[in-house]
Formats: sequence, structure tokens, C-alpha cells
Amino acid sequence: MTAASLLARGLRRLGTHALTWGLTLSGLLLFTFLLSRLSPIDSALQWVGDHASASSYAQARLALGLDRPLPLQFAHYLGQLLHGDLGMSRSTSQPVLDDLKRVFPATLELATVAIVVGSAFGLSLALLSARYPGGAIDTLARVFALFAYSLPVFWLGLLALLLFYARLHWAGGPGRLDDVYLYTLPQGSGFLLYDAWRSGDRTLLANVLSHLCLPALVLALHACANIARLMRAGLLAEMRKDYILASRARGAGPWRVLLAHALPNAGALLLTVLALSYAGLLEGAVLTETVFAWPGVGRYLTTALFAADTAAILGATLLIGLCFILLNALADVLIHFFDPRSV
Amino acid sequence: MTTEIVNLPVPRLVWRKRLRRSPAATLGAAALILLLLLAAFAPWLAPYDPNLQHIEIRLAPPSHAHWLGTDGFGRDLAARVIYGTRPTLLLVSLVLLFTVPFGLTVGMVAGLGGGWAERILMRLTDMVLALPSLVLALAMVAVLGPGLFNGALALALTAWPAYARLARAETQLLRRSDYLAAARMHGIYGVRLVFGHVLPMCLPTAVVRAALDMGGMILAIAGLGFLGMGVPPPTAEWGAMVAEGGKVIFDQWWVAAAPGGAIVLACLAFNLLGDGLRDWLDPRHD
Repeated sequence: MTAASLLARGLRRLGTHALTWGLTLSGLLLFTFLLSRLSPIDSALQWVGDHASASSYAQARLALGLDRPLPLQFAHYLGQLLHGDLGMSRSTSQPVLDDLKRVFPATLELATVAIVVGSAFGLSLALLSARYPGGAIDTLARVFALFAYSLPVFWLGLLALLLFYARLHWAGGPGRLDDVYLYTLPQGSGFLLYDAWRSGDRTLLANVLSHLCLPALVLALHACANIARLMRAGLLAEMRKDYILASRARGAGPWRVLLAHALPNAGALLLTVLALSYAGLLEGAVLTETVFAWPGVGRYLTTALFAADTAAILGATLLIGLCFILLNALADVLIHFFDPRSV
Repeated sequence: MTTEIVNLPVPRLVWRKRLRRSPAATLGAAALILLLLLAAFAPWLAPYDPNLQHIEIRLAPPSHAHWLGTDGFGRDLAARVIYGTRPTLLLVSLVLLFTVPFGLTVGMVAGLGGGWAERILMRLTDMVLALPSLVLALAMVAVLGPGLFNGALALALTAWPAYARLARAETQLLRRSDYLAAARMHGIYGVRLVFGHVLPMCLPTAVVRAALDMGGMILAIAGLGFLGMGVPPPTAEWGAMVAEGGKVIFDQWWVAAAPGGAIVLACLAFNLLGDGLRDWLDPRHD
């Protein structure tokens, strides 16, 4: 097959993927749109207040476009989104988009640290249990996964706070840093780890880390179990194949076969698992952030829940959904580059 | 011919043997039965009325009179934990009732129909799979209002694709089978073919999948409750109880610990059962 036809085929496949991403995105948009219209809170009434006259109420409905047919309203909604208009938050009196820009780095930082920790531990566990299947570490990993799937993160977070913060004083408490540093922190990217490192202030960096470690570890637990379980199965499936036997016959040791032969071939699976775990972490952050008073998208969402702040709820939902779709798409593209067989 | 049939092993014996071979599944099944009994006989088993307030003994530590202590309103925690099995199991059953039939039907129609029907239905399935389920459920409950029915509907909205995929995979294997050809020759088509002849082949894997999913579902339900989007108070619900205990976690840890422990045990029961069932019914899986 010529290079050109291979490229054409690859592009066609990416096109099919792109269609799925587009459909998913429109599904997400339709979901948030319908929720905003199904909401029992009358947005025209919200606009004019409870004591407005019938005529000003009708005028508000007209101005908000609530009298038009639903498809037209949906088109209008899409237009607003394209202009970055997610509506105003009732609880913060700010545009939802600005709020989300402000809180998103906190969530991204937390989820990124958690995925690094989770994949390091998870992959090590997977390698060890694939090297000695049925052994002590394998059994331990199974029991660990069983418990990780059964522990509610919000409860674990509370217990971790109780033990490591309140009793042992090993870790920082809720929030991203102690109040003392709140005003000395240089204005920066919003990624505190990076900002603190750049400021060169050691104590500040230590404080940021001590606040980050508990929520990141609690959040990483589930991802770690997921990665360990799926990668173990993937690696064992590779180890049963003929090429492993062939390289063993040529004298490659068991570790070499596992690390240099089986692991690269399970790379596509690893990418998928990592992308999905990362997306799952962004979602899991909703509960973890609430427990640790972490000022990210999750806590923004839960605060909006209590205030019945529909625009903020739907904005945060859109953002997290968008991250999901992007990560899925990223996994598709990366797999396509690294492992063209598996598409 | 008849003697051969008589010589087949008695099914009950097979069950017993299998139970002995998988202690994890036995443990899970036993724990699940215990949960069901707790839910069914809560009024007789609970030491107190779960909603009875005794402000003078609020936040009391575990003692002889109150095994698990009392909460911020002086309500007995043991009673509330026992009553908490009810909304959890009810929600789990409701979600199952919504998702399994719908997902299986979508999967079977796609698998049997093929062509455009299959493409459209599976695209839809992939689409829903790529969305964040807990966040969508939260948004839906927040906008439509919390409650048992809305909560179940919100969780079901994103939980059905797993069953659709599984049913489609099973059905694809069947599509050109002699078994279905024979059924068609008898003039069995349409609804009767799907539900009478294809569905029974999909059910075993669906049961395993459901058991495996239930643990995660309990966590999701508790998560909704924790965020105040579950069953409205004062109904005893584990997630909401953990949230209440979270306010006093540094001083009266048992208020959050007790319902959280119940969530862990319920989840463990379902996960053990699911793992065990999978080992029985799907020996290929390691």
C-alpha cells in the first residue's frame, strides 16, 4: 500500500471519530439546553421579579425569546455559547465564563497531580502483578482494587482530614493554602504549585504541597485501582502471545520481555485507560473538592447547587463534559499515531 | 433417552459446590441478603425511631444505649443506618429497572437489525458513554428537583449504554446462528423473536454486569445524597448522613464514620458478588 493511500485511510478514520465527537458535543449541548428550559424556575419571572405586571412579564418573555419555537431557541442558545456567553451567575453576580476561568486551574492542578500519582502507583502494581500472576502482590492488588471501588471518596476524604490534619498534623487542612499566604501570593497562572515554585519562596511551596497531598491522594486512589486492574489484564493478554514466547526463546529475561516487549504493545490500552481515568478524576473532583474546600469547578458546581443557580450549574456541567469529550478525542488521536493497528 | 436425563446432576448440588469454590461470592451474597433483611425488617430491628430527636443527648459517643452514638439532633445513629438501607436499595432497584430493559432492547435491536439501525443506535450509545455521568445526574437533579424518582432517572440516563453494548455483542454472535434460523423457520419474528429467543441469551452476562455495576451505583447514590441532591431530609440516607457528620468530623467522628462504613459494606457486598458471579458464568475472564 502506498503512503498516500495509508494517509487517506487514516484521515478517513479520524473523520469518523470526529463525527462521533461532534455528535457527543451536540448531545451535551442539547442536554444543557433542555435542562435550562425544563427548569421549574421561570427565567422571565426571575428577570422581572414576583410583583411585575402581566404586561412587563410578557415583555420579558418576548425579550428573552421564550415565545419562539424550541429549535429556534436552541439555535439562539448555541449562538450565545459561541460568543462565550454562559449567562450570569446569580450567586456570584459575575458572568459564568469568568467564574469558570477563575476556578478551573485549581481543578486541573488537583486532577493532574492525582493522575501522575495514580498512574505511577497503578502501573507499578500492574507490572508487578503481571510479572508474578497469582503471587502475593497480585492478590494484594486485587484486594486493594476491591476496596478502592467500594470506598466513597467523600467519606475517605473526611477520615483523611480527621487523621492526617486534625490528629497527626502531617498535612495541611482544607483549602489550597494557609490564610497567611493568601495575600502574599504573587498573582500568576492560578496553578499554585507553579506560581509558588516560581516565586522561589520555599515555605510557600511547602504549604501548597501540604494542602495538595491529601485531596490528590484521595482522588488518585480510584484511578490507581482502575489503571492497575485494566493494565494487568492487558499485559497478561500480551504475555500469552507468540512473540513473547519467541523473545523468551531467544534468551530475553522475564522483566525484559515484560518491559520492552509487552508494555509497548499494550501502549494503546494504556493511553485509553489514562485518558479515561483523567476524565474520571475531573469528575471525581466534584466530591473531593467539596470535602476539602478546594476552590475548583467541583466546588463551584456544588455551591451553585445549593443556591439553585441554574446558569452556573449548567456552565460547570458544560465545562466538565467538554473536558470529557476532549480527552476522549485526544486518546483516539494518540492511539492512532502510536498504534495504527488498533483503530 | 430418559435414563440419561435422570442421571444429570441435581442442580442444587451444583450450586452448593460452586458456593464452596467461591468464598468471595458467598460472602457477598450473604451480605446482600443481610442488607435486604435489614431493609425489610427495619422497624423491628432498629433500636429506636430513626427520626426521634433527643436534643439533650445530641452528638453522644457510642455507648451501651446507643451503639453507634447519636447525631446532631440526638437521633440514634444505629437506627438511622439500618433505615438507610431502604432508600439506597430502592434507588438501586429503580435504576436497574430503568436501565437494564432499555439498554438490552437497544442492544438487541441494533445487533439483530444491523445496517443503519445498528450504526445510529451504537453511535448514540458511544455518545452517552463519553459523557460524565455523575455531573449530568447532578445537573439534572438540581434543575428538576431532588427526590427518589428524579434521582433514579438522572442516574439511569447515563447508565444504560453498558447493557446496550453487551446485548449487541451477544446478539451479533447469534445473528447468523442455526438457532435463530430455526426459530425463524417456525415463523417467529419481531418482538417474539427478540424477547423470546435473543433475550435469554443476553441475560446471564447482563446479570453479571448489573452486579458489578451496583457497587458504583451505590457510591453514586451516596454521592448525590452527600451533595444534598438525594432523598430530602429527614429521611435517613447514608450519603446525607455522612455530609451531616462532616460538619463535626474533628470532634465527633462517629457521626460520619457510621453511615460511611455502611456504604463501604454495601458496596463491598455487591462487588464481591459481581466478581464471583463473573467467575462462575464467564470462565474465560481471568
